[in-house]
Amino acid sequence: MIQVEGLTKYYDDFCAVDHIDLDIQKGEIIGLLGPNGAGKTTTLRMLTGYFKPTAGQVTIKDLTIQDDMVAIKHLIGYLPESAPLYPGMLVFDYLDYIASVRGLKNDAKQQRIRRLVDLCGLQGIMHKTIGELSKGLKQRVGLAHAMMSDPEILILDEPTSGLDPNQIVEIRDIIRQIGREKTVILSTHILSEAEATCDRIVIIHQGRIVADDRTETLKQSGSRSRRLHLVLQNADRAEALATLDALEGITAAADGPSNGTDTLNLVLTCQGDQDPRPAVYAAIKATEWVLVEFVQQTKDLETIFRELTKEN
Amino acid sequence: MQQVLHIMGKELKDFFISPIAYIVIAVFLLVTGWLFFSTFFVFDQADLRNFFNLLPMTFAFVVPAITMRLFAEELNTGSYETLLTLPVTFRDIILGKFLAGVVFVGAILVPTIAYPLFIAGMGQLDWGPVVGGYAGALMLGAAFTAIGLFASALTRNQIIAFILGAVICFVLTTMDRMLFFFPGPILNVVNYIGASSHFQNVAKGIIDSRDVLYFLSLVFLGLYAAHLAMQEKK
Repeated sequence: MIQVEGLTKYYDDFCAVDHIDLDIQKGEIIGLLGPNGAGKTTTLRMLTGYFKPTAGQVTIKDLTIQDDMVAIKHLIGYLPESAPLYPGMLVFDYLDYIASVRGLKNDAKQQRIRRLVDLCGLQGIMHKTIGELSKGLKQRVGLAHAMMSDPEILILDEPTSGLDPNQIVEIRDIIRQIGREKTVILSTHILSEAEATCDRIVIIHQGRIVADDRTETLKQSGSRSRRLHLVLQNADRAEALATLDALEGITAAADGPSNGTDTLNLVLTCQGDQDPRPAVYAAIKATEWVLVEFVQQTKDLETIFRELTKEN
Repeated sequence: MQQVLHIMGKELKDFFISPIAYIVIAVFLLVTGWLFFSTFFVFDQADLRNFFNLLPMTFAFVVPAITMRLFAEELNTGSYETLLTLPVTFRDIILGKFLAGVVFVGAILVPTIAYPLFIAGMGQLDWGPVVGGYAGALMLGAAFTAIGLFASALTRNQIIAFILGAVICFVLTTMDRMLFFFPGPILNVVNYIGASSHFQNVAKGIIDSRDVLYFLSLVFLGLYAAHLAMQEKK
């Protein structure tokens, strides 16, 4: 549905987005992840026609952003970061205006606004000035704004920023609900959010895509390399390291973060499909050492994210 | 075209919601009313020539004050992004905002119709120059609106937009009074560029195509420059 090829954006000579390729299918919920300044917002802004790419091509349903931008804008509902709406307007006036620009008329307009008021929980604030609203409420008005024309593609830039935990859950529910029929692209730097809402995760770092996979696949790829944390008492450091390093499935044994007591803290890095834990346990059992702690840590999304987006 | 009207409607609503609009109207009426009537009884003539003589100068400051927020405010609050990602073209946006500005300039002229009505009650008023004066005022207002719109598209700061717009309008207004600064060969060109003489022609009741063309080209230039300024921001 959306093809992005070699999308690049330079601000003067700073490269914000560097040759991004994406192929997005209908009905996918895609999470764009990345640290601050990675190029998420710039990418979304190019997709929505706010910025012109320096190079590259975006094709949405056979329409290109060079030639058919207005037609594309009809297909897209967009919530910019921190929902910049007209602060002086009443919520109702604003939604009414957006509905008109989106081509809704009379009855259809009334119905759509009413539907969105229910969906986004705007009851009771329709007569308020947008500037008076709290950040969370403003975000909801922004969401209603984005969904006004019931668009096929919904692009949300940090949709849950500034919301309280209850509202975050609500908004996620709304997004998942929409995502059943529509294509949703959202950016976030909250990992648990991407994990909870998105089918597919694209991690961007310094303007480049560093990972692009289904959420489950990405999580599984992490569990293949794991680490064991051991705390031993009554053990000799050199001997313990040598013994454990020699075990099958263990690629490295090293000192773990010490907590200053007379215990020995070790970290074992493991590779491969086989679970090395029985071997480790057996090896320790054969000695006089006392095993105080034995914890396995799989790489979660957070670790993957940190590794991929580390500053070089 | 539909989109132009939607944007224009929204901008007009904004004008009448914001207190700045009413302040501008009040200041405009006070200044023109006071300047006009302070000498009106001294001259003892039943015409509005004095009023229309002063109009370009007051417009040079009032119109940029009206147009300053049109783009600068959007750029400042970030709503520019929401606006640009709606299914509208640059042309829709510029025309919508421009027309809203022109309608508002027309609206601030409406209360001044009390002057000719009042004068008509006191003596023989020749309506020709009055109608011409208002037609000229609208054309001049449209030209200054286009210029103000361009100034507003350049910056996110409304005050800078106002000063920039006012300076351009002021220079255009006073240009034909500064002819002695210019060398002979370009005098005619400078004289043609000045806005006052064109306005005075129309205000006399003579609607000459040269004057109409002058105002139309100012409008076109202003809007085109605003278009370029928007393009630059992409």
